[in-house]
Formats: sequence, structure tokens, C-alpha cells
Amino acid sequence: MSFAWAKPYEPKTGLGRWFDERLPLPRLVYGAIGGGYPVPRNLNYWWNFGVAAGIFLTVQIVTGIVLAMHYYASADGAFNSIEHIMRDVNAGWWLRYAHMNGASFFFIVVYVHIFRGLFYGSYKAPRELVWMLGLVIYLLMMATAFMGYVLPWGQMSYWGAQVITGFFSAFPVVGEPIRVWLLGGYAPDQAALTRFFSLHYLLPFVIAAVTVLHIWALHIPGSNNPTGVDVKTEKDTLPFHPFYTAKDGWFAGALLFAYCVLTFFAPNYLGHPDNYIPANPLATPAHIVPEWYFWPFYAILRSFTVDVIIPAKLWGVTAMFGSILLLFFLPWLDKSPVRSGSYRPVFKRFFGLLILDVLVLGYVGGAPITPLNIALGQLATAYYFAHFLIILPLVSKFETPLPLPSSISESVLHGEKAEAAPIGQTKPAN
Amino acid sequence: MVSQVGEDHSLRRRDFINIAAVSFAGVGAAAVVLPLVSQMSPSADVLALASTEVDISKIAPGQAIKTVWRKQPVFVRNLTPQEIAAANAVDVSTLRDPQTLAERTKPGKMNWLITMGVCTHLGCIPLGTGEGENRGPFGGYFCPCHGSAYDTAARIRQGPAPLNLQVPEYAFTSDTVVTIG
Repeated sequence: MSFAWAKPYEPKTGLGRWFDERLPLPRLVYGAIGGGYPVPRNLNYWWNFGVAAGIFLTVQIVTGIVLAMHYYASADGAFNSIEHIMRDVNAGWWLRYAHMNGASFFFIVVYVHIFRGLFYGSYKAPRELVWMLGLVIYLLMMATAFMGYVLPWGQMSYWGAQVITGFFSAFPVVGEPIRVWLLGGYAPDQAALTRFFSLHYLLPFVIAAVTVLHIWALHIPGSNNPTGVDVKTEKDTLPFHPFYTAKDGWFAGALLFAYCVLTFFAPNYLGHPDNYIPANPLATPAHIVPEWYFWPFYAILRSFTVDVIIPAKLWGVTAMFGSILLLFFLPWLDKSPVRSGSYRPVFKRFFGLLILDVLVLGYVGGAPITPLNIALGQLATAYYFAHFLIILPLVSKFETPLPLPSSISESVLHGEKAEAAPIGQTKPAN
Repeated sequence: MVSQVGEDHSLRRRDFINIAAVSFAGVGAAAVVLPLVSQMSPSADVLALASTEVDISKIAPGQAIKTVWRKQPVFVRNLTPQEIAAANAVDVSTLRDPQTLAERTKPGKMNWLITMGVCTHLGCIPLGTGEGENRGPFGGYFCPCHGSAYDTAARIRQGPAPLNLQVPEYAFTSDTVVTIG
């Protein structure tokens, strides 16, 4: 699809030819994830996380469909149906823990995937739409995860629903009516639970559809690579199958191993014990936090404590949504023509700071509210926005990048020559 | 397969790794499919409904009641001597599903006919337990869905059903209490 030397699909059997002439589905698969899709030969392990995200989307859809066979979205019965799944349904405990921790792993791999794109400039031309579709997937994931967390109808579910729909009440005039419309009532209740279940079941399939677009858009220019240098000749690429199916397969095995360790030995480690208390509309838990993957955004939300022109509440909500929405403009904020952070010494340092900053935001978002944590969160929030809105444009303007390799294969061969050098000699003899 | 085998007809190391890796993934996939399939089987709380006790002391001869076992209707009928005689008068070899009344009841309790209330055709509940309900041409039960008629031993006599009404596993725990299941 992407390069002139991509091998066309050749059916090996008569039946294969018969089928291909009528419905070229095997041809599509061959060209997308088979021997007909040439991929840069120098991809490192950070490039495994896209396929890994697809695997966890599948895990979530499969376990979710099965759980929906036993769950009932009733304000009176939802909590009990979860306990029924845990105690009575055959392998129900495993299915639920697999779904809970599958959500966490989905976010882990997607965060790595996003930061890989940020470091290697995968959002830059000609892959802007790949990046933006990825952000759409991420937003859909957040909505799906939030509504899924409401379904068990425990204390954290209930108060999470209350707080998150409360975001909308920050907007003047229309905010409160919108909140009431979203909930179908004045507080989370049956109407909210039923519609959250309906949408929680729907959105993963929307994610799958947008993923198809994401991959389609990716396969036009083909994958980026650790040098960020464009593919020039056939020597720069390898066919996806068997080279990257094998590498992705091995990596998926390693990742699923870690997932199993968590699911079987610490299934509630990433959860919150308060969600094993049935929802009580008259008592809020003392320390209310979202799931870990929302902590950085929760920290941004809580960082705004003073009314400046508009109320603090509206600042917080705007900043929280803005922190993701500004990523849509990233391809135009970072104007450096060099994609890979490996060749951008100044960018590389600020990228490290950004990771540290997001980790600090994550810590603050999960920690109790103290004056120190609020100050820390405010500092980290300010840096987050400064990074994208001030630092990146300036760096891309003033930075002198390192010389780029003239091609992917040259960068690879250079490494092999260095390896071949005799011990104690860093440069090849010739 | 020629390409899979080396010149000395030994399997190449890469082939072994390939087969081992794919087999390992296959075993893993099978291990995952197993619980995904078994979750659809009856859960522990459904299985916990597997037995039920019925008090039969208030059922007069000629009367029948409907009770529930595993969410399915069970017919408990106290046969009259005439109904027992009618059931025993039939030549068993002429029946579609040959069984005597004695085989379908407990020894010494031949008047207590306990069967599932589920037509063996397609699962409707036959009529004949309630007062004034159509009991069909053979005086037992009559299924309104497709016209299967059962006699006073709840044996299939006419219509599309292939088998007699099923006799569930049960025992008399006393003269007046029956435990089904």
C-alpha cells in the first residue's frame, strides 16, 4: 500500500484465488499486517506498543461482552450482580479481574505509545492525522473507562459519576441543565447507570472503528522510525510478516505475562477499596480519587483555587480539557523539521522534564489535598502548558539539531560496523 | 515441507522454535477460551436451586398441582383408582415410548405421578393440572401448542411429542413430603 516495492498478494491455492477475486479480504490483511506491508527495519521496542494497545482493546471487548452476560445495570442490583459474578459465575472472578486490570494495561500501553510518538516526532507531517485520530481514540478510551468505573455502583463509582458530570456544571448558564440532562436526574441514579452501561458497551466498538482509520492513515506514509528519517529504498524496510509479527508476538507474550502477574496476584492493587462499599448517595468517601490513569488530569483540575475573571471551577475544568485538546495542535506547535528526539539535544532534555512533570501531576492527582501538594500541582500544571505552548515552539526555532543519517540502512549498518570493531577500539579500523 | 528440513534431513533450529512458540501460544489461547465458554454454564446460585421439597398432604385423589424445580414446572398428580386402572389397561408394546405406570412411580406409591410439566415436543407446559382444563383424549395432559396428548401415566399417546413426560429424580422423605432433585 505504502511503498512501490510492497509485495502484492498472490493466492497460493485455487480456493484462495477464487475467494480473492470475489472478496479481496486476504489481500487487505496481507497488505496491512502481512508480508505486503514494508516497515522500517530499525524499529525499536517502543514501536511494539501500538500492536499491544490493539491486543488490550481486544481483551477488553472479549471480557466485557462476557461480563455483560452476567451484569445488570440496576441501581438496586448492579453492586450485587458484581458480587454474583465474583462468587457464583464460573470463572467470573477471573473475567472481572481481567477486565479491571485490562483497563489499566490498556492505558499503560497507550501512554507509552503516546510518549513514543511525542519523542520520535510521529505527530509531524505527514502523520498529523494519525496523531489526531490517536487522540480521538484516547478521548474515547477516557469516556469508556469512566463509564465502566461507574457500573459496579460502589462508593467510588457513584461519587466519580457525581464529580465528573459536575465538570459540566462549571460552564455558566447552560452548565447545570447539561449536567441534569447527562444524568437524567439531579444526582446519579438509575437513569444515569442505564445510559452509562449502554454507552460503555457501544464506545469500544467506536474505538475499534477509529483504530481502523488510525491504522489506515498510518499505512499511507508507513511507520515512523527511531531516526525519523524517511524510508528511501527497499533496503530500509522489512516485510511486517514475519519480522514484526514475530517481534510483536514475543513482546505481547512478555506483556501478557506482566498482566497475568497483576491479575492473579494483585488484582486490586490498582483499584480503590472504597468501591467495594455499595453506593451511598448520602455519604462521600473521605479521600475520593479517580482511577490512576486519570490522576494527572485530576491534578490539573484541582490546581485552580482562585477566581481570576472567571470562577476557579471553570478554570480547572477548562484547563483539564485544554490539556488534551492542545495536543491536537502539536503538529503545528513543534515546527522543527527533525522528527526524532535522538537528534534534538535541547528537545530531548525538555522531553525528560515533561515526563517528570506528568509523573508529578500523577502523584499529586492521587495524593490527598494538602497545601504542599496543591502548590506542587500548580507548578506542574504551569509547566505542562508552558512545555507545549512556549518551550516547544521556541526550541524548534532556536535548536541546532545533530546531523541526521542519510538513510535508515546507513544508520543500521553504522551500528554493525561499530559492533564489529575490535575490543578497546571504538571506531572501525578502516 | 522440503524447505523445512535441512540437508541432513534434520529439523532446523528455527523450525523448532517456530513450532514451539506457536504451540505455546495455542495452549495459552485454549486455556483462555475454556473459562470464556464455561462462564455461560449455570452459575453456583442457579445450581443451588437444584432440589426442592413439596408437601403433598393436601392433594386429594384426582387432583394435581404444579410446583417449580430448577425454574421448570413439575406436575404432582394423585391418581384415582380408575386412572391407575386405565393406565395399566394399556398394552405397553403399542406405546411410542413404552413404559408401565409402575416404572414411572415409586414402589407402593403408584398413585403419586410426579413428572416434569414440560412437553417433550418443544417445551410448552401441557394443560390438565387445573380444574376444568383440557386433559385431552386420554385423560392425562394435553399440550395446547402442537396438540400432544398424554394419558393418565403422562405417556405420549398422540401428537408430535417423541417421549413421555420426563420423571424427575425424586424421593419420598416422608409420607407427605417429596424431595425433587
